[in-house]
Amino acid sequence: MTIAYLIDMALLVFLGITAFAILKLRALFAVVMLSSVFSLVSAGLLVHLDAVDVAFTEAAVGAGISTVLMLATLSLTARREKVPTHSHAVPLVVVFLTGLALVYGTLDMPRFGDPQAPVHTHVAPKYINDTEKEIGMPNIVTAVLASYRGFDTLGEVTVIFTAGIGVLLLLAAFIREPDGVKIHTLDHHLVLRVVTKVLIGPILLFALYVQFHGDYGPGGGFQAGVIFASAFIIYALVFGLNNARAAVPGQAVRVLVAAGVLLYGGVGIVSFLFGENYLNYSVLGSTPVSGQHLGILLVEFGVGLTVSAVMVSTFYAFAGQNPSMGDEDW
Amino acid sequence: MSQLIIDGVSGALLAAGSFLVLVGALGLLRMPDFFTRMHAAGITDTLGADLILLGLMFQAGFSLVSVKLLLIGAFLFFTSPTSTHAIANAGYTAGLRSSLAEGETGSPSAGPQPDRGEGAPRP
Repeated sequence: MTIAYLIDMALLVFLGITAFAILKLRALFAVVMLSSVFSLVSAGLLVHLDAVDVAFTEAAVGAGISTVLMLATLSLTARREKVPTHSHAVPLVVVFLTGLALVYGTLDMPRFGDPQAPVHTHVAPKYINDTEKEIGMPNIVTAVLASYRGFDTLGEVTVIFTAGIGVLLLLAAFIREPDGVKIHTLDHHLVLRVVTKVLIGPILLFALYVQFHGDYGPGGGFQAGVIFASAFIIYALVFGLNNARAAVPGQAVRVLVAAGVLLYGGVGIVSFLFGENYLNYSVLGSTPVSGQHLGILLVEFGVGLTVSAVMVSTFYAFAGQNPSMGDEDW
Repeated sequence: MSQLIIDGVSGALLAAGSFLVLVGALGLLRMPDFFTRMHAAGITDTLGADLILLGLMFQAGFSLVSVKLLLIGAFLFFTSPTSTHAIANAGYTAGLRSSLAEGETGSPSAGPQPDRGEGAPRP
């Protein structure tokens, strides 16, 4: 019964309580806030499991941006969940059986942290042993994500790109042009405006640090993208959508959405042209290691571009739905 | 000897910070209405968190960890009161009035709102 074990258990219990409260509440505003809390607690749990890279993303997306997006959705719809008319019996049985099946499935899995587990004996030793020599990066997570598993990451970025395009398409029919529409800003909130002005600079700087320091510490394109986007979103929230659009036009953001994926794919094409496999960065530099560095830097930059642009344009699309979104909605 | 002093100071700071956070949590549960709850949570949390960070800084000594803790403390020092202010302001804008100030202001919707987090009624 170590301290670490107790912390894990406490966080898990918090997660359970939050999830249960989310299920039971009908007030959607509270549900949104609780799901934000849920994300923050899971981020804490992930930090405690030494998965700092994931915790970053969870905290920024789950607790930050998705909360804002859900609040924006909430201001377009009702604030209370309808009471369901059907009975709970059938869904309960289905969920219970699925849960039992999943628990039964975990019985076959190796114990957490078991050194004999397949995941620790198959490719992990190769990554751990060879990253220093082949990629020359202290952060093995980045090396695996951007180089060894570059294809998977390209797929993930494409998923984000597709999801962003999907949201834009769904909402496009309703997007109102920014001109002529008066969007309320938090003009009289002097405290918010001053503090936001003070904070935006450090947030952007931190995003750049996370982006370009991802080779050496926790971080990378996904994390940096969402942090970067959250700075823009907080600007738009406090100073109004029109000001944000003046700073970063929606058209430019939509171009960046595609530019990130193109950059990622383009790096692969370049390594093609040098006569190597797709997304093999070793040929990009004078030595394989410097090539890997350059390739990972470019690829991560592409990831960051797409992620932040998708987040910002999704926010624009949601916020543009509701030009009268005023103080009381936030 | 100096280590003993450092441990003592940091222990005292950690204890004081934990005490304040605990008091804030109790106040959040026990206070009668929205604004007094905000008061309990906001003020004690800011000082409590910063005291805990200060206590941890004494443990870390002059190192990079201390710089990071200092930065976290600085951000908390700005953001925590700001969020308290924003929430209280939103509550006021939405028509919530303090139950303690009842009668003075002739408020539109006086009295404590039994809020279970569903926010205030629209004006």
